[in-house]
Amino acid sequence: MYKIYINGISSVSPQSEDIFENDFPQTYNENILPARNVDYKALIKPMMLRRMSKAVKMGLYCSKKALQEAGVIKPGAILLGTGQGCMQDTEKFMSNMLENEEGLLSPTSFIQSTHNTVAGQIALDLKCKGHNMTFTQNSASFETALLDAILLFGDREIQEILVGGVDETSREFTGFQRLDGQIKEKYIQNLDLFASGTTGTIISESAAFFSLSSESNASTYAELKDVQIINRVEKSELNSKIEEFLFRNKMVPSQIDVVILGKNGDSRFDHYYEDLQQGLFSKKCQVGFKHLVGDNNSISSYACWLASKILKEKKIPKIFKLNTINCNTPRNILIYNQYLGRNHGLILLKSH
Amino acid sequence: MRGVAVTGMGLVSAIGNNIGETHDSLKSGKDGISSPEILKTNLQELPVGEIKLSNSQISDILKLPECHSFTRAALLGILAIKELLSNSGYSKFPEDTGFISGTSIGGSDKTEEHFYDYKDHPEYRKYIQAQHPGFTTGKIAEYYDLKGVVTTISTACSSSANAIMMGARMIESGKLKRVIVGGSDCLTRFTLNGFNSLKILSNEKSKAFDKNRNGLNLGEAGAYIMLEAEELIRDKRVLGRILGYGNANDAFHQTASSENGEGAYLAISQALNKAKLSAREIDFINAHGTGTRNNDLSESVALKRIFGDDIPDFSSTKAFTGHTLGAAGAVEAIFSLLAIQNSELYPNLNFNSEMLETELTPISQFQKKEINTVLSNSFGFGGNCTSLIFQKDV
Repeated sequence: MYKIYINGISSVSPQSEDIFENDFPQTYNENILPARNVDYKALIKPMMLRRMSKAVKMGLYCSKKALQEAGVIKPGAILLGTGQGCMQDTEKFMSNMLENEEGLLSPTSFIQSTHNTVAGQIALDLKCKGHNMTFTQNSASFETALLDAILLFGDREIQEILVGGVDETSREFTGFQRLDGQIKEKYIQNLDLFASGTTGTIISESAAFFSLSSESNASTYAELKDVQIINRVEKSELNSKIEEFLFRNKMVPSQIDVVILGKNGDSRFDHYYEDLQQGLFSKKCQVGFKHLVGDNNSISSYACWLASKILKEKKIPKIFKLNTINCNTPRNILIYNQYLGRNHGLILLKSH
Repeated sequence: MRGVAVTGMGLVSAIGNNIGETHDSLKSGKDGISSPEILKTNLQELPVGEIKLSNSQISDILKLPECHSFTRAALLGILAIKELLSNSGYSKFPEDTGFISGTSIGGSDKTEEHFYDYKDHPEYRKYIQAQHPGFTTGKIAEYYDLKGVVTTISTACSSSANAIMMGARMIESGKLKRVIVGGSDCLTRFTLNGFNSLKILSNEKSKAFDKNRNGLNLGEAGAYIMLEAEELIRDKRVLGRILGYGNANDAFHQTASSENGEGAYLAISQALNKAKLSAREIDFINAHGTGTRNNDLSESVALKRIFGDDIPDFSSTKAFTGHTLGAAGAVEAIFSLLAIQNSELYPNLNFNSEMLETELTPISQFQKKEINTVLSNSFGFGGNCTSLIFQKDV
């Protein structure tokens, strides 16, 4: 059997990356959360930065940081999950087109509107000519990228793979999500998300990238064991789907130390998580993250960042905890996430 | 047995609503290029490969309820998969069937149609999520009750070729026993205006690899094939096998291809390598051949780098269907499989004279010829280059 190690990680989200060291999270009183500004200039030339949409900027920045940490110059493949892709440029080109009634248009935003712009721009920057893929299956996008990584490592031809998830917000398009019940009607403070008792959630922009390798090294965070995507699952079948997934990895639920849940405060769909909290994983340390970083189609990449941190640093900041059960030596972490009851994802990580 | 078996296929494009009609068009050299009629656009002077079925006509064929929220790409996909199901040997797809779909634009047809409606017209809000590719894939999955591994690849014009590649890997790794792969994309004002702003659309019928080529025609299609593991095949008819695949990045420019065709060269090399074939064993190439100045030259250079002066018979079939973007790789995979099954070569329409730089001449007439192995190329924005190799089942 081959192993896959996470040797470098990086995230940009509504929270700072030093949230493990700092007990005061950023709070927001709006329902669309921006990613915190980071020092993009430190890694990306200012002239290029000016032309980049948020998704490209966040993606390239995280890529470089994760690779740097892992000591990788050029990965063999770049795999990206993004549910909504380059929405800012899509919105720009579409509104220009509609306003001008298909008159003369500048191609710049069209060029940058395709979903694989981020992965393409990373390849261009790293001069990486390897396998380059972009997955866009709503909340299962990042999980599909991990699945492809597992397939590629299985061929034993590539030793280093860059995997990431990124989603940006844009004014009109993200705004539409207020109209169809995806975003909560009333403004809440993010830390009150789980107590809101209303429908919808808070939406955010974020990116998280990982440098995966077939070899561990001094900076290794964790081992990526397996991933599963499930398009639709009945409430009553979720336990057995999770047990099947663990069984395939020669494990049983009791061996899971920490479960990271994608609870997003949407009263219509949080029952998927609550059932696990009260059932299969009631005696386990339970962790949430969307009250801190909001929800978006590739936010499970943030959960993967969180799991990697927990496994390396052997600690769980209190602010992430959903119950009072402690876990001093986390070894196996299961991440479970879904959006609007569809596109469920399971990710299994293990301490190395 | 080498390679992953293809055991079903279905296709709807501008040259036919099913494989039979498509095959007739390919044999008789009848293209599907016309002025846009179903797509409401001001760019009437730009020819397109449009499927002459309105959304409500397709909805009637599929007997969908009036209040449905299927995007046009979903309707085309469902139509193609209906044909696939009918020749797959199943009456209903078994529960463990995976679904990997490629698309570039997804359901953005609804976004551009209702952009100004959402605010004041709640009845259109069911299409807000449709903008994102996963929605269309989800609707197709919902129609066929596919609940397991369902995902979307969006790498512009190589999307469905990549979906086929990933499906083959899923079968080879044992992660799936059966998977429907391919893609679906519809014509939109967004893509028509986008390609027009790049000045790479032709106002006449496209002529790939021609000295005087002046751009591409956009098209639309739904095209899917079914892949199955050996243990499921038993006495089923195998339509062909996926022997090799490769994806590489040109890492040159967001939209333009490099002069030396590096990405294409690497993708073809990888596919040959995976298939354990030498370049000489390729009988026919279904080229990407969009008809733009840039692509056709770059691809020609890559072909010369791989095959030297001994380039196999090749043609681009995009003059038949238009460039169907995310669906193109799957459309041309099916053309490749038809070539293998029927011992035929389909012509590169509208070709007159060789380009000076490379002096390559594609097949310009329909031909009967024994074909064992076909290379199919699909290249997309973001430098994304994919090559697939199909072989006759023996």
